[in-house]
Amino acid sequence: MTQPNRLNQGGRLDRSRRLSFTFNGQQYTGFAGDTLASALLANGVDIVNRSFKYSRPRGITAAGPEEPNAIMQLGASEAAQVPNVRATQQALYDGLVARSTNGWPSVQRDVMSWVGRLGGHLMPPGFYYKTFMAPASMWMTYEKWIRKGAGLGRSPAEADPDIYDHLNQHCDVLVIGAGPAGLTAALSAARAGARVILCDEQEEMGGSLLDSRESIDDAPAAAWAEQTVAELAGMDNVTLLPRTTANGYHDHNFVTLHERRTEHLADTAAAAGRDGEVRSRLHRVRAERVVLASGSHERPLVYANNDVPGNMVAGAISVYLRRYGVAPGQKLVLSTNNDHAYRAALDWKEAGREVVAVVDSRANPDGDLVKQVRDSGIRVVTGSAVMEASGSQRVTGARVVAIDTERFVVTGKVETLACDTIASSGGYSPVVHLASHTGKRPQWRDDLLGFVPGEVKSMHFAGGVQGVYALGETLADGGRAGAEAARAAGFAQAEAITLPSVEARHESPASALYQVPHEKTTLRAPKQFVDLQNDVTAAAVELATREGFESIEHVKRYTALGFGTDQGKLGNINGMAIAARCLHRAIPDVGTTVFRPNYTPVSFGAIVGRHCGELFDPERYTALHQWHVENGAEFEDVGQWKRPWYYPRKTGGKTESLHDAVARECLAVREKVGILDASTLGKIDIQGPDAREFLGRVYTNKWAKLAPGRVRYGLMCKDDGMLMDDGTTSCLGDNHFLMTTTTGGAATVLEWLELWHQTEWPELQVYFNSVTDHWATMTVTGPEARKLMSEVTDIDLDREQFKFMDWKQGNVAGVPARVFRISFTGELAFEINVQANYALHVWKTLFAHGEKYELTPYGTETMHVLRAEKGLIIAGQDTDGSVTPEDLGMHWAVGYDKPFSWIGKRALTRPDTARTDRKQLVGLKPKDPKVVLEEGAQIVLDPAEAIPMTMMGHVTSSYYSPVLKSGFALAVLKGGRDRMGETVYLPMADGTTHEAEVVSTVFVDPKGERQNV
Amino acid sequence: MFYIFCPYCDERREEEEFHPSGQAHLVRPTDPESVSDEAWGDYLFFRDNPRGIHHEMWVHRLGCRKFFNITRDTTTYEILETYPMGEQPTITAETARVRREQGVQTADGGWQTVGAQPENSTLNEETSS
Ligand SMILES: [Zn+2]
Repeated sequence: MTQPNRLNQGGRLDRSRRLSFTFNGQQYTGFAGDTLASALLANGVDIVNRSFKYSRPRGITAAGPEEPNAIMQLGASEAAQVPNVRATQQALYDGLVARSTNGWPSVQRDVMSWVGRLGGHLMPPGFYYKTFMAPASMWMTYEKWIRKGAGLGRSPAEADPDIYDHLNQHCDVLVIGAGPAGLTAALSAARAGARVILCDEQEEMGGSLLDSRESIDDAPAAAWAEQTVAELAGMDNVTLLPRTTANGYHDHNFVTLHERRTEHLADTAAAAGRDGEVRSRLHRVRAERVVLASGSHERPLVYANNDVPGNMVAGAISVYLRRYGVAPGQKLVLSTNNDHAYRAALDWKEAGREVVAVVDSRANPDGDLVKQVRDSGIRVVTGSAVMEASGSQRVTGARVVAIDTERFVVTGKVETLACDTIASSGGYSPVVHLASHTGKRPQWRDDLLGFVPGEVKSMHFAGGVQGVYALGETLADGGRAGAEAARAAGFAQAEAITLPSVEARHESPASALYQVPHEKTTLRAPKQFVDLQNDVTAAAVELATREGFESIEHVKRYTALGFGTDQGKLGNINGMAIAARCLHRAIPDVGTTVFRPNYTPVSFGAIVGRHCGELFDPERYTALHQWHVENGAEFEDVGQWKRPWYYPRKTGGKTESLHDAVARECLAVREKVGILDASTLGKIDIQGPDAREFLGRVYTNKWAKLAPGRVRYGLMCKDDGMLMDDGTTSCLGDNHFLMTTTTGGAATVLEWLELWHQTEWPELQVYFNSVTDHWATMTVTGPEARKLMSEVTDIDLDREQFKFMDWKQGNVAGVPARVFRISFTGELAFEINVQANYALHVWKTLFAHGEKYELTPYGTETMHVLRAEKGLIIAGQDTDGSVTPEDLGMHWAVGYDKPFSWIGKRALTRPDTARTDRKQLVGLKPKDPKVVLEEGAQIVLDPAEAIPMTMMGHVTSSYYSPVLKSGFALAVLKGGRDRMGETVYLPMADGTTHEAEVVSTVFVDPKGERQNV
Repeated sequence: MFYIFCPYCDERREEEEFHPSGQAHLVRPTDPESVSDEAWGDYLFFRDNPRGIHHEMWVHRLGCRKFFNITRDTTTYEILETYPMGEQPTITAETARVRREQGVQTADGGWQTVGAQPENSTLNEETSS
C-alpha cells in the first residue's frame, strides 16, 4: 500500500503531481507540497534516525526547524551532497535522495546498538570532559570513532556544481516571519510607503495561519494569509522572500538571510532545469528597523521513553493533518498543560482517527477548546500526565498517572492506554534567538512560562516571540509593531492596518509542567529525554547539578544540552526547568541562555558566495604579465601580485630546475646583463611646498638638500624606532617627489603618510597619491647595461653625466621615460619607468637590442640572491618590527642632528633600544659550502647545551650563490657585529647541527665598485 | 558588522570600507627630546581599554582615505557619534553618566547620531549646542 497514512482529502497539496523519492535506499512517493518529513510520515516511516549517543531509534517529532531527529544527508550524486538537512524543512521534489545522518549502516539494525545498551557506562554525562581531557593524544582516535559511529553528516568529496551569491540589501523595515504578526506588521509598514523586506523560512508564507482551525473575516485563516501575501506581492516597495531564514542578527541592524532558490526543486540548479541560476543566496540586509515576528516553538513534555517513534509535539500533529493531509498514526493520546494543544485532538478526530484520551495536568481546565473537545465525546483525564511511553520501535501505549506538580510526585495508580501516538505539549517557547545574537539576555516571564526577548535597540517584537499567542491579539500586535517600525524609520504617518475580525476565545491558563514525575526516581526511571538531538536525559541534567554544576551554561557544557545544529530549540527550557528543580531555585535563577548565530545551519556555498575559485582573491598583474606567461615564467604571489619567480628554460623536453635557472639568471646579471619587471614596487607621488619637510619627518635620514635629479635611499620607522619600510625617493622638482616602497608595503605606507599628515601635521601642505599602477618599472642591470641602454635612449649615459643615484628624463624606445641609476643587485643598473601602457613596447625593444648582449630576464628569486649577496635587506623579511636601523648597521642613514624629532628618533635612545647586545644583522657563511641554511633556523653558541638552549638569533635570508659557489645567509644575532669570525651553530629539527662563520653582510664586491662602472 | 557614518563622505557606509586605527586623541609630545623615557614609553605603548564609552580613530580606507574619530560604547557596540580630526567628542564617559542619571535616552535607534538619522536627531540637537 502506498502512503498508508495519507488522508483522502485535505492539506495544501497538489495531488495531481506525484513525486518519487528515496530514503535510505528505499523508493517512496509523495505529493507536490509535501516536505520530506510529511512524505515519510505519509508512507508510515517510523524510524528516521539513530540517536547520537545511545543509538536509539528515532522518529519525526516536530514539523519545523525545531525538529531534532529527522536530520538528513541529501544528494543523489557525490557533488550534490548536503549534510544536516531537517526533513521538516526540505520540500519534496521528484528524485530526491535522502539518507539518515546517524545510523550507519542501517537505522533498523545498527552495529552501534551495543553502545546504546552499554551507553550509560560508555558515555555518561561529562563524557567529553572526563574522557577527552586526558590523554590528549587520544582525542583524534576518539573523535574519529565517535564521528563514524554517530555520524554528523559529511561534506561532498567532489566540487559543488552550483552557483551561490551574496546580495547587499537596504530597507526601512525588515520583517522576520510571515505568520499572522509578520503579515500585519509588513502590511502596516508597507502601506505607509516604507521599503519592506518580509522573509519567512517556510515554503509558503502564512506560518501558523496555514494550519489554524480559526477563521478571519469569516473565512479560513489560511485564506486571509493568501490574500494578504498577494496584496504584499503587488506592492513595489515590498520584497517577499519565502524559503528564506533570518539566521543571524548582527550589530547595527545587520541581518543575514539565507534564501534557498532551487533547493526545493532538485539536487542542483541544473537538475531543476535552471542551469546557471543561483542555488542559494545570502542577503546581507542593513535595515533601519527590524520587526521580529518569529513566533514560538511548542515544548514537548519530558517523560519516560518520550523518544520512541510515535511521540510527537502536539502542534506538529495539527500541521501534518491540516497542511499535509497526513495522519501519522491511528490512536492518539494527548498529554498537555495548556488549552491550545487541544486542537490536535480535534484535528485528529476530524481526520477519522481515534483519540483515546486527552490527559491534562491541570485540575479544572475550562477553556473554549477544552469544552469543544469534551463536547465531541473525547475522554479528558485531568490532574494527570503521560508518565511513560510503552514500545521500542513505535509507541504501543501511554502510561498515564495522576500527578502533583508542586511536590513532583505521582499521586495515583498508573493506567495504561493502548495507542500508537503520543502528542505532548508543555507550553510555548518564544523564538528569541535572533534577539539575543548581539548579547541581549532574554527575560523570564512567569505568566507565560517562557523567555521573551530583552530590549534590543532598533528591533520591534510582534506576536508569539513576545508571548502574544491568541490570534486576534497577534494580528493586532503585528500591526502595532509594523507601524512603530515604519514611524521610527521616518514614515511619520504610518498606522496599524484596520484589523480583520477574529472570534475571541476563552483560554484557561497553562500550568507549569516540564518534566513529568515518574513512579521511580529520575535516575532509575526509563530515560526521559530533554534534548533528543544530543541524547541528553533528565537524569543527566540532575547528575550535573549533583556534581556541582549550578549555572545552566555549565550544565550545558557538561551534558551537551543544546549543542550542535539543534541549539536547544526544543530542550533548552525543559533542561533549565529540571536544573532549577534539582537546585531548588526559580528557572531564571539558574541563568538564561544567549543564542549564537546561526539560527539554523547555513551551507558553506551561501557563505562563500562568489568568493571562490578565480574570484577568491583579486590577482594583480603588471603590464608585462602576458609576456612573462608567454616566456614560460613561473610565478610567485607577492601580496595580490603575480610576479615572475624565475624563467625556466625548456630544452629537449626538459625543464630547467629552480636552482639551475636561478644560477643562470644570477650569472647573467653578474657577467652580462639582466632585466627585471619591478613594476610592483609601490610608488607614491608626493607634492606640495612642505613635501620636503614632510619627508624629513617620516624618514630617518636627511632630505633638506636633495636636489632635483637626485635619488636617495630612505628608512622609515614607526615611532617605536623599529624599521617599517624602506625604499628610494627621487626629487622630481623642489615641491615634487616620487617615493618607492616595498611591493607589500605600498598601501600601508600610503596610509601611514596620510595618518601623520591628517592627525599630527595638518598644517603641512603636502599631498599623496598612489601611482603604482601608472608606471611600469624595468630594471636593466649588469656590466653590459650601459651599452644596451645607449642603443635605445637619447639620455646621456656618460658615467660622469649620469651618476649613481641620479635620475634623468628622456626617451627610451621612443617613449617618454624616467630613468633612475639605482641598484638593488650591486651591478650597474638603470631603472626605467614608463607609462604602463608603453611597457610592453619598451620591454620588447630592449630584447630586440639585447640579444647580442645575451639579455636575460630574471625573476624575484634571482633578485633575492643578488641583493642578499650585497647585504641589501628586504623590509619584512630581514626585519620583523623589532629591528632598528642601528640593528641593521645603517647608522649612516640616520640623521640624529635633524631639527625635527622625526618618527622613531626619540625611541632610539630608550634604554632597551640603545642596548649594544641587541640582535644585529650579520652575514653567515656555512662551513660546508653545500649547505643552504634554513630561513628561520635558530642560532646557538654552544651546540652541546641542554635543551632549552640559549637562542642567540635566527637566519632571515638564505640562498645558494653561484658566484661564491656556496650557500650564504643573512641573520640577526645578539651582539653580532662584535662576533665577526666567530663560529656559531644551527641545530636542526632532524638532530643535525650546521656550523657557520659570522661574516660581513656584504658577500660580493665589498667596495661597491661594480655598480659604478 | 558596523554601519559607520563618515563625517567627510557625509553618509553611512559598511564597516568593510573602514579600518580601525586605535585610540583617538593621542597626543605626540611636541618636544620628544625633553620627555622622560617613561613618559615616552607611555605614549608609545599604553592604551585605554574602557568598558563603556571609548573614543577611537578610524580611517575610511576604501573610501575618502580620511581619518576621523568615533565614540563607541564597548559594551553595546553602539557608535554614538563620529567627528572629524581635530574636533572633540560631545559624548564622554562623564556626559554619558550625567545623561543616564537624568534619565535621558540615547537617540532611539540612532546608533549613528551625527548626520545619520533624518528624524531622530534628539541627541544630535542636544549635543551640538
Ligand atoms: Zn569617507
